[in-house]
Amino acid sequence: MSVDTGGKVILREHFHQAAWNEPLIVELGRAGRRGVVPPDAGEELRSQVGDVLGGTPVGLRRRQPPVLPELSQPEVVRHYTRLSQMVLANNVAVNLGLGTTTMKYNPLINEVLSRSPKLTELHPAQDESTVQGILELLYRFGEMLSEISGMDRFTFQPAGGSQGILANALMMRAHHAANGQASQRDEVITTIFSHPANAAAPATIGFKVITLYPGREGYPELDALKRAVSERTAGLMITNPEDTGIFNPQIAEFVRVVHDAGGLCAYDQANANGILGVTRARDAGFDMCQFNLHKTFSVPHGCMGGAVGATGVQKDLTAFLPSPTVEFDGSRYYLDSRRPASVGAIRSGLGNVQSVLKAYAWVRSLGAEGLREAAHMAVLNNNYLAAKVTAIRGASLSFADENPTRRLEQARYSWERLAAETGVHTMDVHNRMIDFGVQGYFTSHHPWLVPEPFTLEPAESYTQEELDEFAAVLERVADEAYSDPETVKTAPHRSTAAAPVPRAQEHPAMTWRAFQELRRQGLV
Amino acid sequence: MGDQAAKASHPYIPNAVPTVKAQMLAQVGVGASEDLYDVIPPPLRLGRLLDLPEALVSEYDLRRHVEGLLARNRACDELLSFLGAGCWQHAVPAVCDEIGSRGEFLTGYHDGSRSMLGSYQAQFEFQSMMGELVGMEMVSTTTYDWGTSAASSLIMAAQITGRREVLLPRTISPGRLRQINTICGPTLSVRLIDYERESGSLDLAALRSALSQETAAVYLEVPAYLGTLESRAPEIGDLARQKGALFIVGVDPSSLGVLAAPRDYGADIVCGDLQPLGIHMSYGGGQAGFIATPHEDRFIATCPTLLVSILPTERPGEYVFDWVNFEHISYGLRADSHDFAGTAQTIWAIVAGVYLALMGPQGMRELGETIMQRRAYAAARLGELDGVVAPALNGACFKEFVVNFDGCRRSVAEINAGLLERGILGGKDLTDEFPELGRSALYCVTEIHRKEDIDRLATALAEVLR
Repeated sequence: MSVDTGGKVILREHFHQAAWNEPLIVELGRAGRRGVVPPDAGEELRSQVGDVLGGTPVGLRRRQPPVLPELSQPEVVRHYTRLSQMVLANNVAVNLGLGTTTMKYNPLINEVLSRSPKLTELHPAQDESTVQGILELLYRFGEMLSEISGMDRFTFQPAGGSQGILANALMMRAHHAANGQASQRDEVITTIFSHPANAAAPATIGFKVITLYPGREGYPELDALKRAVSERTAGLMITNPEDTGIFNPQIAEFVRVVHDAGGLCAYDQANANGILGVTRARDAGFDMCQFNLHKTFSVPHGCMGGAVGATGVQKDLTAFLPSPTVEFDGSRYYLDSRRPASVGAIRSGLGNVQSVLKAYAWVRSLGAEGLREAAHMAVLNNNYLAAKVTAIRGASLSFADENPTRRLEQARYSWERLAAETGVHTMDVHNRMIDFGVQGYFTSHHPWLVPEPFTLEPAESYTQEELDEFAAVLERVADEAYSDPETVKTAPHRSTAAAPVPRAQEHPAMTWRAFQELRRQGLV
Repeated sequence: MGDQAAKASHPYIPNAVPTVKAQMLAQVGVGASEDLYDVIPPPLRLGRLLDLPEALVSEYDLRRHVEGLLARNRACDELLSFLGAGCWQHAVPAVCDEIGSRGEFLTGYHDGSRSMLGSYQAQFEFQSMMGELVGMEMVSTTTYDWGTSAASSLIMAAQITGRREVLLPRTISPGRLRQINTICGPTLSVRLIDYERESGSLDLAALRSALSQETAAVYLEVPAYLGTLESRAPEIGDLARQKGALFIVGVDPSSLGVLAAPRDYGADIVCGDLQPLGIHMSYGGGQAGFIATPHEDRFIATCPTLLVSILPTERPGEYVFDWVNFEHISYGLRADSHDFAGTAQTIWAIVAGVYLALMGPQGMRELGETIMQRRAYAAARLGELDGVVAPALNGACFKEFVVNFDGCRRSVAEINAGLLERGILGGKDLTDEFPELGRSALYCVTEIHRKEDIDRLATALAEVLR
């Protein structure tokens, strides 16, 4: 007989996050303690080489030892283990609130595989004959992403989504330079609901950036794009669905308009989790794209990285890909660095290879049907949750009046009514949610076009019960906002630390030494 | 997925269980999950399954498959490697592996320190310890690697000085130079300053004549890519300052227990890589960059990463930590920024912090000493071989040194092939990167190389060169 609990909804009324009151590591330790001992060179070797430090140029000799803490090994282990317990991470708590970041399950087998010495102890300059296994994995995974996107070649060098976007901007530039139009085509068009890097990365390499704002239905209007394109257009850098979860149904027309103007189209696929195996970048006409393997492809986020912005292009642009590329001659895999048209190197080595391995393992575990199932379930989860969230007093779905149709894998909501009726703002709600043992939510990238925003992305990894739990927490906090707003506004009450003192951010200090100095000056 | 096992719900997709899925579809009001995609125009919908390899739903099958691929690698723990050149094999303490694999650090992202105090505190602690190592009060969150942090430091200098030319030593790592050209090339003018062939030192006359009112920064690497220690680093900093340019120093932090903090010889910005601090090489995946500066507004305002600050709370002695420049970089400014900030390499900053906490001042000093002793021994042993000059540059070195084989009949590639037959990865071939050095290779020796390992290299080289 099978056991089905019927999906009981849990509300963790008595949750309390670990609060260790753990001092800073620089406040710990005693002179003379140590955590590890480097291997000694041995008397015989030492006597043969003599005083090596004496040969160091005088101006480069360290005169004062660095002021590092002096700790025994158990102290270090306890300190960092305590710190780790004060992180409401994805494999501890439901993290579906972090919209736009695709917090999904990070399979442990992939971690185990990535920690094999057969990977961790590889040097990037090793003879190719000694790294055939990892080169084959990279090559094969490039082929898989090509199939998933419709592109022709991929690079894994970009070590983050933003670096992938930068790679695409560089390749756009290289393409136009090859046509003698580098100085003429100096404008990149993006949208306000695309990740900020789609504006910032092209700007950093000298492009002017035109930003399209959403029309009434939540996505930019074709006419706005037509007004923006010209003989100066280098290309379009866009997300779809955008961070609102709204899919732009005119995307192929967008691409056509930009192509007609002589520009290229780059698809930021940070939000691809709902469309794997459903629709492909190349089929909408895009020339280039990037997948965030740390989002869509299950690679853990590492509290802000290591990440991979796997970047793919259609065949006319492969010459511009960063170098080296991984090639296969039918019997052996090798690196090709002699690619004169390449935009060069984006990152050292071949990128975060250990993360690529995890993404590869995820795709191999799921296969084609599994990948499509993951996408379908992410979208189903989102629409299921949306029905619950929009029923909560004070909450609404952005652009719902003009565009009530579906959202794909995520949705942006608003507490505008809640704020107007209770004075409780979106960050207040966020902080109160933590008291119930779920991770808070992501509001929105700036600017906040949707007032009092929150963005939820319930990836395929969450159970129906967890979606119910999350909605129940939101509902509970919204109810409190009406009945007891002070409790919400002073939250969290069961978390790790108190709130910073008012205006603490006016005097930032990025090191303990800087903080001590500010304190000496009476500024903090 | 035609087989029986695959028909069950996949372990990573809980709601794919038919009864659960049906219940949810009913609540959403659609008949099938395909109907959820009615917003996508039919011509854009893929009317077929992706052509991907068969699913390996069983974890055991997946493990066997991936391990089978990895088995075709021969790693540096089975070979004896003398490769360095920006990615270095060091001893990784077990504590670093343990903390770096903790699920809480590994699977968290970012949501402010009200729910993630621990990761923000670990990040801040890393910054504080790194600051002590390089002598700076302001340390960034991670960049992707040394090359990216060098490129970003140059862009900072251009913003601060309002100038557009940067001067780099010609001994710079060719890989980092490629990155700098890629990232800065479109907006800055990058000029290389030649070096003295005997010592590897920067040609100061060439530097003096290149410095001008257009110079935004002089960038130096200590140790240099070719392993040498620039004895005139303080003078180079002075020359830069006299022209109103910033002095940027790229460092290998594993040297800083014995080498001076760059701030002490005048660096305005320090950048470098964290990989040698307790992080496995992982075929280059272990790289992570940082930027460090004095605590001054001009640096804080132009630093192109998110910055994590300590913030006191109402409870005495208690702190929280948060991003403080969100509005001042691309997250807030979008196209009006000079960065492409985003998810970078934070897990390695946490690990590097663990490493520094374990090592302490004494460990860092002993590390530097033992490395320099072993490196000196290796250079002496190789220098005894007929036709081999080691070190080929006559300045002091840290853990790497150039070995010249011009007196031998074989190319570096042939020599390395011979070494590989004997289970040894010889030094990085410099023949193409620095043709003026002749048939040369860059050898790296760290604390992992025992005397017997170095003797084994010398014996093998003697055989290969015979």
